[in-house]
Amino acid sequence: MLLPAALVTLIFAYVPMGGLIMAFQDFKPYDGVFNSPFVGLEHFRFMFEYPDSKQVIINTLIIAGLKIVFGLLVPFTFAILLNEIRLTLFKRVVQTLVYLPHFISWVILGAILTDMLGSEGIVNGMLQAMGMDPIFWLGDGNWFRFTVVVSDIWQNFGFNTIVFLAALAGVNPSLYEAAEVDGANRWKQTLYITIPAMIPITVVVATLSIGNILNAGFDQIFNLYNPLVYDKGDIIDTFVYRTAILNGQFSFGTAVGMFKSVVGLVLIVISYRLAARYAGYKIF
Amino acid sequence: MYYKTSGYRIFSIFNYTLLTLICISCVLPLLHILAVSFSGSAPANSNLVGLLPIDFNVEAYTKTLNNSNFHQALSMGVYRTLLGTFVGMVLIVLAAYALSKDSHGFRSRSFYTWYFLFTMLFSGGIVPAYMLIRNLDLMNSIWALVLPVAVNVFNMVLMMNFFRAVPKELEEASLIDGAGHFRTLWSVFLPISMPALATISLFTMVFHWNSWFDGLLFITDYKKYPLSTFLQTVIVQQDFNKINPDVNELKNISQRTVKSAQIFIGTLPILLVYPFLQKYFVKGIILGAVKE
Repeated sequence: MLLPAALVTLIFAYVPMGGLIMAFQDFKPYDGVFNSPFVGLEHFRFMFEYPDSKQVIINTLIIAGLKIVFGLLVPFTFAILLNEIRLTLFKRVVQTLVYLPHFISWVILGAILTDMLGSEGIVNGMLQAMGMDPIFWLGDGNWFRFTVVVSDIWQNFGFNTIVFLAALAGVNPSLYEAAEVDGANRWKQTLYITIPAMIPITVVVATLSIGNILNAGFDQIFNLYNPLVYDKGDIIDTFVYRTAILNGQFSFGTAVGMFKSVVGLVLIVISYRLAARYAGYKIF
Repeated sequence: MYYKTSGYRIFSIFNYTLLTLICISCVLPLLHILAVSFSGSAPANSNLVGLLPIDFNVEAYTKTLNNSNFHQALSMGVYRTLLGTFVGMVLIVLAAYALSKDSHGFRSRSFYTWYFLFTMLFSGGIVPAYMLIRNLDLMNSIWALVLPVAVNVFNMVLMMNFFRAVPKELEEASLIDGAGHFRTLWSVFLPISMPALATISLFTMVFHWNSWFDGLLFITDYKKYPLSTFLQTVIVQQDFNKINPDVNELKNISQRTVKSAQIFIGTLPILLVYPFLQKYFVKGIILGAVKE
């Protein structure tokens, strides 16, 4: 029964790993993997010397780093605020609505954002109505990074709140009652009961997200960016797509992609170990 | 009681207001697009439409649905979603069933578990994947969109955990009654695991419906683009050359109301399955992600 899945995985996941050999070759589609000449680490050397790819790595780190930090803080805070809501119906409606953007693809969201944030869009229309200058959300490098991070948080904070809410659901209510009797007000209760209850899962999420430091979100960036913001908004994945697939530099693209995969793997292994040691977290 | 203090009351008012605003921000963009799609093209083009349609009409939708390119893309999208979900579920259920047995009954279990898990941690990246599809002659085939993503390891682990929760006695009783593994899977495991099957197949459907990049990568014939790829090319990249050189159809596509209608139709299936999805996934995610 395992055979079909194992076979499909072998062909579509393991065979491409073999294709990584292209990173060490001067690959010519005409000659194929078996006849192209080997060039050793030439492409990797080029990657670290070529200013564009250095900038791309820096962009990736900045965007992914901001997304990780705020992607943790916002759901954390949101879960605390939601925990203070005592109207069950209101709580349920809020949860349903904030999960929604997570399920809509970046093609749709990208199209909507480009429309709303464009120079003629409704957001700049409102800014101008209030007497402010329009902002080039998607045309200026720094604003582009800002927009990317904020819209990513906006899409996912609701969904990421789930794990924190699960942790809060496990808190023994008698802890709050005891604190109440001892005269702790709600702020003190939050500080000494709610927040500590969320710390273990926060540590887990934080350590596991280290593995994603080179994933700045291909789907999102690809659907929002344009040549104007390549300098500040281009990330490894979009760069690989353009150099390798569009410009046909297969070997160089493979090398950059492989750099990302290897660094990602190492970081994931390290972060799993850290999570297991400091938070007692095991997946399997 | 803490919630009777005036400080907490002020906080509550602030809290309810803030959460309401956050909720509104999550649905606002969709409502705006919906309003634009039902508006007349003059107010839409001059950005007068906020959340309510101006000059209400359904012309954008009739135009969109009569557009032959959109039609093709829509049916490709549906076809891909159905086929992809079916193939994916068959592979996942079969493999998860085998892997849910303990290592006593299935000796190389841990080897296979790692065999699958490793693909979650490390991959060849898009260039080798692209070369592989080219060499397999799968370019422009629907299988290029279905097979590489068929074995979703995360979903497989979820499914496996559900199967493990099935009582051992049921399985033994079935095997003693002379049922083989296939029969046991079909008549004992699957009926019990309906919630899991619903969650995972809905996840898979949403995934296939939303996927666009593999279409861009592996499909060169625009007539075979699934809807997401079509929308990406036409609306996000504004690349009309790839789609159709016919000037009349191009006019239809570039109108703002029509664009909005297309975006909204692209979201509609998600909005329809979402209520069903929402009921199950919170439980599924927590079971899969958090273990004591």
